[in-house]
Amino acid sequence: MTERMNLNQQLVLDANADEKQFLTFMMDEEEYGIDILTVQEIRGWEPVTVIPNSPSFVKGAMNLRGTIVPIIDLRQRFGITHIDYGPLTVVIVVSVTLKEQKKLMGIVVDAVSDVYSISEETAKDVPDFQDSENAQFVHGLVNVGEKMVVLLNLKKVLDLHDKSCVKSNGG
Amino acid sequence: MSIDLSQFFDVFFEESFEGLDAMESELLNLEPGKEDQETINTIFRAAHSIKGGSGTFGFTAVSDFTHVLETLLDQIRNGQRQLTAEHVNLLLKAVDCLRAMLTALQAQQEPEQQEANELKQRFEAILNGDSRSDEQGQATSTTDYTSEEQTHLPITFQIDFKPLPYLFKTGNEPLYMIAELSELGELETQALHDELPKFKQLTPDDCYLYWRFFLTTTRGEAAIREIFEWVEDDAEITIVQCGGLFEAPDEHTAEVDILPGEQAETELPLEVNVPQKPLHEVKKEPSAGKDARKNADPSTTSIRVGIDKVDSLINMVGELVITQAMLSQIGEQEITESSIAALQEGLAQLAHNTRDLQENVMRIRMLPISFVFSRFPRLVRDISQKLNKQVELKLIGEQTELDKTVMEKLSDPMVHLVRNSLDHGLETPEQRIAQGKDPVGTVTLNAFHQGGNIVIEIMDDGKGLDTDKIRKKAIQNGLIQAQDELSVDEINELIFMPGFSTADNVSEISGRGVGMDVVRKNIQALNGSVEVSSETGVGSTFTIRLPLTLAILDGQLVQVAEHTYIIPLISIVESLQIDITKVSNVGKGLQVLRLRDEYIPILRLYDIFNHKGAREELDKTLLVVVENDNYKVGILVDDLLAQQQVVIKSLEANYQRVDGISGATILGDGTVSLIIDISGLIKLSGLRRPGSSELLVDLKTDEGIPA
Repeated sequence: MTERMNLNQQLVLDANADEKQFLTFMMDEEEYGIDILTVQEIRGWEPVTVIPNSPSFVKGAMNLRGTIVPIIDLRQRFGITHIDYGPLTVVIVVSVTLKEQKKLMGIVVDAVSDVYSISEETAKDVPDFQDSENAQFVHGLVNVGEKMVVLLNLKKVLDLHDKSCVKSNGG
Repeated sequence: MSIDLSQFFDVFFEESFEGLDAMESELLNLEPGKEDQETINTIFRAAHSIKGGSGTFGFTAVSDFTHVLETLLDQIRNGQRQLTAEHVNLLLKAVDCLRAMLTALQAQQEPEQQEANELKQRFEAILNGDSRSDEQGQATSTTDYTSEEQTHLPITFQIDFKPLPYLFKTGNEPLYMIAELSELGELETQALHDELPKFKQLTPDDCYLYWRFFLTTTRGEAAIREIFEWVEDDAEITIVQCGGLFEAPDEHTAEVDILPGEQAETELPLEVNVPQKPLHEVKKEPSAGKDARKNADPSTTSIRVGIDKVDSLINMVGELVITQAMLSQIGEQEITESSIAALQEGLAQLAHNTRDLQENVMRIRMLPISFVFSRFPRLVRDISQKLNKQVELKLIGEQTELDKTVMEKLSDPMVHLVRNSLDHGLETPEQRIAQGKDPVGTVTLNAFHQGGNIVIEIMDDGKGLDTDKIRKKAIQNGLIQAQDELSVDEINELIFMPGFSTADNVSEISGRGVGMDVVRKNIQALNGSVEVSSETGVGSTFTIRLPLTLAILDGQLVQVAEHTYIIPLISIVESLQIDITKVSNVGKGLQVLRLRDEYIPILRLYDIFNHKGAREELDKTLLVVVENDNYKVGILVDDLLAQQQVVIKSLEANYQRVDGISGATILGDGTVSLIIDISGLIKLSGLRRPGSSELLVDLKTDEGIPA
């Protein structure tokens, strides 16, 4: 809940027309940002129902007040080593439009970090490292103070029809 | 004073479509020569209220058109005119035409006038009894003309108009009518005053004058009648045609004595000229209203609910409120043993209320299947005329109720099946007589409830499916191998394969080979099934089974490792502990259980779904035997849990389709549980039909699972 409050305060403070607000979260010591307007809500991790024969990064389905929402582990999606979920582990429920259909999905991240107002023009293109599968998920890189934030391309991240979705054990 | 009439449009359209449906079904009941006064009255009333309504709302095209129709009906009703088969056909066409016009108006488009004008002209031709105007109609039907232009030759009418004395009291003024008459053409007026009383006996507000007019007009009699429409009952009106082909007959009305037979003959050539709609369009027409409404604004689809259903809902809610009050009262008390008992009782009552309420809310969506059935009399009539077959249509169980969404999706497959029965199933009268059958074939539509399913049978007493022909065709199309041994039922099943058609000639009605597989797909998309049984020379029966509703399902909760799944109760045949001595291994890792005289393949759910930690020993697990498409398989689960009704939620909405899963639901504790799709599961397991290389489930039927 404290994240929520911070978030609201920042929203009021940084109402600059040119700049977009990004919610950032931590994963494996790195800070990632997503457009705050896609964020529906932030919840704590709770056990989900496994969807059989789904890719390993799809943790399962959750009941969000009567709607079935799939939950995706972002560490596993990026191929970062899996850690056990703890009290800080959060699920960010985002709404994305995939193939003209609005979908509600949850992403599991280590912790929510901050909200920044970032002008998208300052974002730098990703260095060209074509071998990396993860490069497609990255929208751009920005510096906030001393830190670097990776802005994510959520549509790519959540498009599960992607070739990188290899079937594996769901449980 | 301005009232926004548009707020009443919906009601008007709804009532008009109902009126048209009524007209259509009554027209089909009409038999020329044996017409029933009440039937004609019903048709007349329906036409009359459509005319009135459309006039009120300013849909003049509709009201003008209905007016001619009404005039003809009125004459038939009054016995001034003999009803002929031609009239019925024309009236049916008029119903179609009106429906199209109203549909267009409802979608706020300008209605298509062409067809209406042609029909109107033919009606006027009948009304005028003038065969020349038929030719006229024929000539003009190929040319473009606007709605207002009438193309009759000028005809002179003698009109005697003798108002009853109280005419003025009804607020009518003959002068206006005369003025209107003069607009129609050349008018010659004679005012007759021989009934004018002596001045002393004269009542100043009575009408003593009467008139004789000679009007030479191109507009036909109907136009004249329209002027006198409001005073019909308050005056003696005689309209007689003079000049032209016929001498003015010494009769009360203007109609010319043409025998019905002659009339039908003179009009026949015209029949060819009226653009026939292709049949595949015909099938859409009865629901055109609904479709259009959907197109216009999907949010406004409405449903008419019986007041009894609403009343019982209100009762339920009342009880719910009482229970809620009781529970909150208990909540305020101190917790004692007795209050806990009361609480439990209250909760039980709440559960009961909720269940009742749920059932009743679902009932609102339930409509009698006659909504689908009602289109078939017309369809059968049209097709049987086209095919020169005599068909009697029997409808049984019309009041069987069915979810509205299911109903909407059901009608297209049913039209396919009925059309097939008429085209392929039934023989021509000659063939039937040769086989010692009644020349009139019978098609029966039967609907009834069975368990949680609705079953719809489409039966015909025709020649049945030609298994030899189907077999040959299937071999030819590469669906089966020549050496394959198939049972009769299996051969009959082949007609549901994509691209299969036995009709030698592709006719307008059926035989394009896209029918049956689409039927099956559509019905499978509703979680239903369709089967065929047939006996050569006796007839064939198609049986459609559908769940009553798509939103709620009775489920059996089963456990596999730590996962809970739901198997639709409807597909479960039985659940049993496995007698290990009756299990045998067949081929690659497939085990079958001998159950009575059947061999049931065992599907291990944990294996198919890749779950670890499930019980694998056959003697410690349970087998749920399920049936899909007439084929039984056993699903191996760790344990059976509760049985309960579950509300189906879409997994696809936010995720994607998952093989073997038809949807999800939320259990009492708030967790998500997935619903197993039996046919998808069999597909996943890669189980094949015995004796063939074909998978038990068609790999292409991806649409087989609803969202």
